[in-house]
Amino acid sequence: MKSLVQTIIVLLVAVAILFYVNTQLNESSSSASSDTITVFNWGEYIDPELVDRFEQETGIRVIYETFDSNEAMLTKIQQGGTRYDVAMPSEYMIEKMKEEELLIPIDQSKLPNLQNIDPYFLDLPFDPGNQYSIPYFWGTVGIAFNPTLLDGQTFESWNDLWSPELKQEVILVDGAREVMGMGLNTLGYSLNSTDETELRAATDRLKEMGPNVKAIIGDEIVETMRRGEAAIALVWSGQAADIMYVNEDIDYSVPEEGSNLWFDNMIIPKTAGNVEGAHKFINFMLDAEVAAQNADYVGYSTPNSAAIELMDPEVTGDTRFYPTEEMRERLEVYQNLGPEKLGLYNELFLEFKMSMNQN
Amino acid sequence: METKSRTFLMVPYYLWMVLFVVAPIALVGYYSFFDIQGNFTLANYQNFFSGTYLSLTLSSFWYAFLITVFTLLIAYPTAYWITKTKQKQLWLLLIIIPSWINLLLKTYAFIGIFGMNGSINNVLTFLGLERQQILYTDFSFIFVSVYIFIPFMILPIFNALDKLNPGLVDASNDLGASQWVTFRKVIWPLTVGGVKAGIQATFIPALSLFMITRLIAGNKVITLGTAIEQQFLVTQNWGMGSTIAVFLIVFMVIIMILTGDREKGGNQRGNY
Repeated sequence: MKSLVQTIIVLLVAVAILFYVNTQLNESSSSASSDTITVFNWGEYIDPELVDRFEQETGIRVIYETFDSNEAMLTKIQQGGTRYDVAMPSEYMIEKMKEEELLIPIDQSKLPNLQNIDPYFLDLPFDPGNQYSIPYFWGTVGIAFNPTLLDGQTFESWNDLWSPELKQEVILVDGAREVMGMGLNTLGYSLNSTDETELRAATDRLKEMGPNVKAIIGDEIVETMRRGEAAIALVWSGQAADIMYVNEDIDYSVPEEGSNLWFDNMIIPKTAGNVEGAHKFINFMLDAEVAAQNADYVGYSTPNSAAIELMDPEVTGDTRFYPTEEMRERLEVYQNLGPEKLGLYNELFLEFKMSMNQN
Repeated sequence: METKSRTFLMVPYYLWMVLFVVAPIALVGYYSFFDIQGNFTLANYQNFFSGTYLSLTLSSFWYAFLITVFTLLIAYPTAYWITKTKQKQLWLLLIIIPSWINLLLKTYAFIGIFGMNGSINNVLTFLGLERQQILYTDFSFIFVSVYIFIPFMILPIFNALDKLNPGLVDASNDLGASQWVTFRKVIWPLTVGGVKAGIQATFIPALSLFMITRLIAGNKVITLGTAIEQQFLVTQNWGMGSTIAVFLIVFMVIIMILTGDREKGGNQRGNY
């Protein structure tokens, strides 16, 4: 009994100490917040030189943190441990964050550079009137391939990936929505389908591709393709640009059945401690010259039309990375499907992965 | 005074146990009864016994079994050989040192070695053979896992072999037992405790390997660990992730019991 009481006392003391340390830490980070902002972005998704330049121009210190999936970012912002001031999630995640009231409305009067953005990328269904988000980059999902390792195959259609000559040649990105989306697109269904029969049909179709799949991996795809380790990969357009930057043999195509069109956007999460500074940062990133330099560095497509004028026309005229509006019509934007349907996508994706071990 | 200071010294231990062992396991158990909406449910358990997760469990066990067998086949003779050398500690150290290097780093090194343009394929082409797909196969997965677990298997076996009284082996030989009989009747029974400890240190982590499954096996091998990671980080279905974790814990307990060192039985046999 006595030892039990002692254990409880010790536990209480420990909790009290932890609580005290926690509040101290929070206070110290908030006291510094007037001249600091915390930016939460995807890895390799900004030119670090621009961060330095922003610090010099405004005197605001930038704490920079990165994430590797929308979901990981969401979890951290929900926990609220860090005072993130700006983050760059994708469109379907913005829908979800809006539902969960995790976003602070953006004051457009503080963003004079917003006029640089191509109106095509404004007022999109996931955020009408750009109340909460400002476009950062956009791109597609498609096929990166290395013609030197293939006998002249091209990839106008997703079905080309099922060709029996491509045994053990195809690398897929480890994302349920991307891979399931490919299966759905091949069968002519929407990549936002929530119909279980359609999804099962897509899974069965994907399983037929099993023998062609070499691996299902994450960011390592870029290195693997650069080294000529694999001939074909399902990638995001920016990854393709990264690969092609090093290995010039590689080509990229967006299949004709359609694919995913995505937008990453700058938002101000509820955790923000310096909303003023966040607006300054967003406005800075919208500057034509800054956006052009950033797009050059990152390799994704910029929605900033003023920046495009400053960039190499050879890059911005490349319809593989800057598809025309007509081409974009074939593409679909991900919708937030809700946790249950997303769960189903992941369940079926797992089933597909499991099936590969059987053959 | 004595007892007081002793109780005081026990505090860090209890604190550690409660905060980092009991509480997390209780939380895992608690979360496993909730669905994605946060309603109380048993559906996660039902789901576990439906097709996918059951075959996932079976394949996890199969791979963990293969890894353990190959690790044991390499570790036992190695440990035996080390006990026969003069510089025991030096050899042991050489085997332990690689386990100080970060796991991720070693795994990346294997990507370079096994790759299409990696060292092994370069040797193959030099010998006039065709390039082989080594990375992203079952072979590479088992090879790298075995490589990683070898030190954990060698250590306990080495300890057991080292403690073995050489007089017993001599006696067995003097009394006319063949080498094989000596091994089967004397050495193996006296070192089986070390082997069991080694199996625990290999089989249990092998069930939940997840990083190597992606980097080396290209997600073509899926273990319980991969499934848990997916449920927590991607699907955000903590309930299902916890349910898989509960089963993983149950499997571990079963393995611990099966391979547990039954002190009494072992000692009695040793006393003969």
